[in-house]
Order: sequence, then structure tokens, then C-alpha cells
Amino acid sequence: MAVKTELKLKTEPFVLNIGPVHPSTHGVFRMRATLDGEVLIDLEPVFGYLHRGIEKLAEGRTYTQVIPLTDRLDYLASMSNNLAYVMAVEKLAGITVPERAEYLRVIMAELQRIASHLIAVGAFLNDCGAFMTPILYMIREREKILDLLEMVSGQRLTYNYMRVGGVSQDIPGEFLPALRKFVQRMPSYIDEYDQLLAENEILLARSKGVGILPKDMAINASASGPVLRASGVKWDIRKADPYSVYDRFQFDIPTGSVGDCYDRYRVRVQEMRQSVRIIKQVMEGLPEGEVKAEVAHFLRLPVGETYAHIESPRGELGFYLVSDNSIAPYRLHIRAPSLINLTALRDMTLGWKVADVIIIFGSIDINMGEVDR
Amino acid sequence: MAIYSPGLSVLSQNAALPPDWPGGYWLHWLVFVVIIMTFVLASIMGFIYFERRGIGRFQVRLGPNRTGPFGILQPVADAIKVLLKEDIVPAKGDRIVHWLAPVVAFVPVLLIFAVVPFGGGALLADLNIGILYVVAVSSVTVVGVFMAGWASNNKYSLLGAMRDVAQVVSYEIPLLLSIVGVVLLTGSLSMIKIVAAQDLPFILLQPLGFLIFFMAALAEINRTPFDLLEAESEIVAGFHTEYSGMKFAMFYLVEYAEVLAISAIITTLFLGGWRGPLLPPFVWFLIKVFGVFFFIFWIRSTIPRLRIDQVMAFAWKALLPLALLNLVVTGIEIVALPAISPWVIILINLGVLAVLVVVWSRFFKLGGGRVAV
Amino acid sequence: MTLALSGKEIAGKLEEQFPGGILDSGADSVTIKSDLLLSVASFLKDTKDLEFDYLTAITAVDYSRYFELVYQLTSLKHNHSLIIKTQLYDRNHASLPSVSGLWRGADFQEREIYDLLGIKFDGHPNMKRIFLWEDFQGHPLRKDYL
Repeated sequence: MAVKTELKLKTEPFVLNIGPVHPSTHGVFRMRATLDGEVLIDLEPVFGYLHRGIEKLAEGRTYTQVIPLTDRLDYLASMSNNLAYVMAVEKLAGITVPERAEYLRVIMAELQRIASHLIAVGAFLNDCGAFMTPILYMIREREKILDLLEMVSGQRLTYNYMRVGGVSQDIPGEFLPALRKFVQRMPSYIDEYDQLLAENEILLARSKGVGILPKDMAINASASGPVLRASGVKWDIRKADPYSVYDRFQFDIPTGSVGDCYDRYRVRVQEMRQSVRIIKQVMEGLPEGEVKAEVAHFLRLPVGETYAHIESPRGELGFYLVSDNSIAPYRLHIRAPSLINLTALRDMTLGWKVADVIIIFGSIDINMGEVDR
Repeated sequence: MAIYSPGLSVLSQNAALPPDWPGGYWLHWLVFVVIIMTFVLASIMGFIYFERRGIGRFQVRLGPNRTGPFGILQPVADAIKVLLKEDIVPAKGDRIVHWLAPVVAFVPVLLIFAVVPFGGGALLADLNIGILYVVAVSSVTVVGVFMAGWASNNKYSLLGAMRDVAQVVSYEIPLLLSIVGVVLLTGSLSMIKIVAAQDLPFILLQPLGFLIFFMAALAEINRTPFDLLEAESEIVAGFHTEYSGMKFAMFYLVEYAEVLAISAIITTLFLGGWRGPLLPPFVWFLIKVFGVFFFIFWIRSTIPRLRIDQVMAFAWKALLPLALLNLVVTGIEIVALPAISPWVIILINLGVLAVLVVVWSRFFKLGGGRVAV
Repeated sequence: MTLALSGKEIAGKLEEQFPGGILDSGADSVTIKSDLLLSVASFLKDTKDLEFDYLTAITAVDYSRYFELVYQLTSLKHNHSLIIKTQLYDRNHASLPSVSGLWRGADFQEREIYDLLGIKFDGHPNMKRIFLWEDFQGHPLRKDYL
């Protein structure tokens, strides 16, 4: 009787801790990856290395004192965080914001979106292996935005600019000319990035069809922002549920078709163009007047709860605010788009190689300050 | 002078000694070894400075400019810094192999320079199998790299080393086959004769061979887009993650010595070596070497990195068939058209290059994709 | 504009399906019994004209006497939203069925609530702390912590 033997290449899976200290985890994120050779067969995200308990800290501070805390959430988009928080307070208190302040808020939020996307796209290309060049070009333009934001707030990263009822101060005289110059030049800079790599054969081979997030899974996993839109869902809170004065401006919602890394990258680039378009319109229509409504120093909100959300560069950023009529929030919950966008990370990366895992993770564009809070 | 072993006496007969030189083989040997070592180390310093400044310009920044005039002492500062650093061996690493690895990696690279003709006749040994010797010796470096990856007891190191072994072994084949085209034209393996045969640089007569050689060489020396083994964004630093101090400096030297060697070999095989009008031969040689090196780091600062399966597919599915076809075409030309003007052959070969590259790029698809897990 | 569906109207619809399960209804919210959560959620997700396919956020608030869980649902298809609330009175063994089977997006948010407020979600595939380390004592967002 012949003995049947089966010759099979036997491999042993091993665990690789990608992070928390790793060049491409964009902060202190850790992926506990199980690999079979180069292929990822299991992945568990581990959070919490940057947990500062901002929700708890907010319960011991007055409503105005919470604003600097929100700066420290998504430190690449502090303006957006400020905006979402003060909107939540204003919604519960029923404060109307002066027209000029609303326009200024839109300018700042859109500038912040461009700055944040520049880092996102640059870091993504860096993860793909384009050694530092694209990100340094993008940082060059981000510097200009930081200069603009420094003009209005005096800070380069944690602006603390928005206030309940408006903004902390009016823009200085040299701001608008500088902004006009920036807005004129920015489209040609974006063209420059596209000429560098957008159609590069290697980049296409690396990112097209990689890390696909299908439409239904994107919705089911509560993805938001560019991640959701790249999967082909036309959902942008600026259009779906317009806040501030966004309903007065013309802009498009760029969407992807497949939901792969390349789509996410392209959606971000297109959004930068749309943001420039919005800023142009805001500058034309910027009214004169007050920039801050009269608001009591120790603001007491009526008992109740509210939820305000905006389209931050990373997705739907929401603040759920509960008030018990004291001078501090009773409970402040932050809906962090970065954290929730990571829900589908495991499904997107399974079966891909280590190199792909890095770029899939990079294409989601998270910010650890916001993930861990 | 009976101390020569028989093998060495062959060397001394072939060595192109200037007739008026005093002494015999050993003096020649001593002088050239010192000169070559000095030349290699000096050029590596030049390369490091050149690359850092050059990439600085590519990346819209200045590059190092604080140490000495125009930052020219930067490599010296780097060397001093790295030599003074603590030498760390991982606690569970294999100490002996860890120590031996940089040496094993460095020696073969130095050996290559024995046959590189720096000027008319200026070389250590004119082996009649010069180019074969280069290929044979250079592939030993991978052993050192693998030893480093294994001895470090680090998963990133091991991943990097495994990638390197797979990649270098695969690219050896197209590399060799493209050299055969040159050898067919020359009829000799000797580097001196190869240069002497290039009344027209072989880049014109062997355009496809040059392209294949250049790409395979980039993979051999792990330069972008094939720098997978030290892909910073994926596996931190690859095989030398756990190296520091002097041992790290050795690997750093290996990296640049390899680039120098490959630039010198490309110059010798395809760009006419030291030959050129007006300027002295050695200067021509240096100009060409630096030109090739400039091209290599231009690529490094521009394009992203491939994935490991794409790299392998590219070697076996694209470069290998093309190299074989190139060999066939060259052989037919030599046998069938021995007396025809080289310009006709150049035209034919450029046509072949264009057709093959266009046709191949249609049928060839980079990259596997997701593996079912 | 995302239309906030009237809580009263939805409460009426839910009352037909789940008699006695609706405790309260507000302008844009419905408060339900906690043991009905999963069935109400799948009803809201699958019923035509409602189709809440997107779970925006889950929040838990500690009102000392009870925990209130707030589920914010959105329908990307119809662009309307609704808030479902439920209350838990047992502070020591607070638990609730997990909705992560219906909406994957609940995965990390439920773990976060467990971590910071100590509410267990039954049926969650990976119910463990998310931000704090595993042997951390207590749940910091509870009002009686510290």
C-alpha cells in the first residue's frame, strides 16, 4: 500500500508590533500585526498612548476654558475643533453669531482644511516611499497657512481663536492681502504636486486597488470625511447639514469610485481645490461689523443637551454637550472621526503585505491626539 | 622573486604597470591599495556631501551648510558623531555574528575597486575576467546583510534582510545577462579592453542593455525605488535597525561604496570609462561617476517605492525576458551584420528598445494583490 | 439640511411594534426600555422610509441616579436623523446589548464607553478597555470617580 505523503511548505505566523514608536504610525499608535512572511493575517489596533482624558478635564473647566483643550484634540486642525465646540455651546445657549465672525470662521476652517490635507497627502506619499520630497513641498505651503493663522491668533498650532459668540479678535489689516496672494497661488501649487506624482506608475501600482473600503462597509462602519467620500458616498456635512454660512457658497463634493488608497489621496487633493474656491467666495462677501456677540463671562447654559457637528478635515467631528446650568459642562463627549474611521482598518488590511498596511493606514489619515483624546 | 604564488604571478604579468615604475608587483600592490582605499573613502565623503546638498535642493531646502564653507565638512562631522556613539548590541542578539556582519558586508565592496579602471592603465589588477570578478565579489555583500538581519534578533531587521536576499539573488540574473551584451561586443571580460573597445559609448550600442543594467543595479544596491530592505516608512531601518556607532558607520559606508562601485562600473561598461576629449582621463572618469550618481539620487528624491512582490515580478517577468531578447538581438547583429556602420546598429537598437519597452509595458502588470487569509 | 425626525412621530410608530417599550419622546429623540434596544435598532435600520444606515455616535452620560445611553442615528439615504436614548439604573452591573452587529461603527465607541463609564455591552466581540490599561481601577468618566 502506497503511503500518501503531502509535501507542503509550512510557515509559522509571527507577531510584529508596528508602533507605538514607528516612523509611519503618525503618532503613538500601535498595530499588533500577525504576519505570515510578509502577508498580514491578523491585526489589532491598540490605542491609548496619548489618552489625556480631555472629556473628563472639560467637566472641571468653564465653557471658555474648554476651548484650549479642544486645540489639543486634533492638533493639525485646531481651528476646526474650536469651531465644532463653540458651535455646540452656541446651539445650547441660543447665541447668534455676528455675520462677520461667521465668515471669518469659514475662512479659518477652510485654511485649516488645506493645511491638514497637505500633511495628510504628504505623509501618505512619504509612506509610499517617496523619500520626503512631496511632504517638504507641501510643508512649504502649509507654512504659509500657518503664517496666516498666526496673524489672526498669535499661534502656529494651537490657535484658541474661536470664542463662544464669535472669534477672539478681528483680523489685522495685512491679513486679507496676504490671504489673497495665497489663494491666487495655491491652485498652481496643487498642480505642481499633481505633476510630481499623481500619475506616477509606481504610485499607481502601489495604491490603486489597495485597501479597498467598499461603500456599504464604509457606511456601516461609520466612516466619515474623505474616507467615506472616497468609497463613493456623496456625504459632506457642509452640504448635508449646512452649518455656519456654508449654504451661501458654491462648491462641489469630490468623491472616489472604488474606495482604495488612491481614491482617498485624490479626494483630499480635490478637496483642497474646493477649499480654495470657498475661501475666494468668502473673501468677496466678507461683511463689516462686530466679530463677537456679547456673552457673559461665566456663561451658564440652560439645562439640556445638544449635539453639534462639523465636517472637519478628517470627517464628522461632533460635540455632545450636556449642561446642568452650572458654569462648566456636565458632560462633553467628542465624536472623534479619527477613532471611528479606524474601525474598518482590520478589514481593509487583511491579506495585504506589510508595505500595504502602512499605506492603507496612512491613507486613512488619523491624528492620535484625536483618537486617544 | 620566488615568493609569488602561481596565481599571483599571472596577476603581475597582466597588471598594466607603467614601465618606469620602480619595484615590482608588491610595491604596485601597496601603492594602489593605499590609493584606492583613500580614493574610495574620499569619494564616499564627496558622495555623501553631494547627495545631501543635492537632495536638499530637490526638496526645496538648503541641505547641510553649517560645518565649514558650504557645509563641506558635514561628512567629517557625521563620521565623528557616529564613531563616538555607544555601540549597542541587542541583549538577545548573536554577538559574534552581529559584530562580523558589517565586515562581511564591507570587504567585498572594497574588493570590487581592484579591477575598476580609474584612468588609462591606472588600476590594481587588470584581470582578464574583470567584470565576472566584479559580479562574483559584489554578491557576497548580501551575506553580511543577512547576518546583520539575523543576528539583531529584531523582526524588522529580519524582514529587511529577507527582502534583500530575495531581491539581490533575483536581480543578479538580468544584471549578468545585460553585461553579456557588452561582453559580446567587446569579446573580452577585461575592464581595460571593454573601455578600449568603446569608440562609441556602449550606451548607444546597447541602450536596452544599459536600461536593464541600470535598473538591476539599483536593485542590487538597494536604492529607490528598490530600497525595500531599509524602507524607512515600513520596517524602520531594515537590517541595520539595531546597529549604532562604528558598526552602523560600516553599513553606511557599504551603502555609499556600493553606489560608487556601481557608478564606476556603469561608467566603465556603458559610458566609455575614462575616455573623453581634452581633460585628463581620471577627471573624465570622476565626472562620469558623479553624473551617474547624480542620476541615482535624483531618482531617490523623486519616486516612491515598490512592494516586494512587485519588485520580484519586475525582475522575473520584465527584466529577465527583456535581457534575453537583448542578448539575442545583439548576437544576431554581431553574426549577421559584422561590417555594417555602427550608426545603423544604433538606430536598430534604439528601435528595438522602443518597441520592446512599449510592447512589454502593455502585457506586463505590476503587482499581485490581496492574498486570501 | 439634515431633517431631525420628530420623536413623537417615531415613538408612535415604535409603539405599534413594541407596545409598552417606549418610555418618553422629545423633539428629536425617543427614550426606550433598555432591553428592547437591539430590536428597536434593527427595526429602525431596516424599515423602509426610516433606513438609519449610519450610526453617527454613541454617548453615555452619568446622571448619578442612572446612566443614559444616547444613540445618534442618521440615514445617509434620506438625510434625516434621530436620537435613541435608553437608561440603565444598575450602577454595579450596568449592561446593554451591543449594536456592533448592526453597525460596525459601534465597535470602538462601545469599548470606549465600557472603558470610561463601565457599561458592559453583551455580544460585543472584543469587550475590553480601549484607552486605559487593562488593570486600571475604576471608570474615570463616572461622576463618583475620585
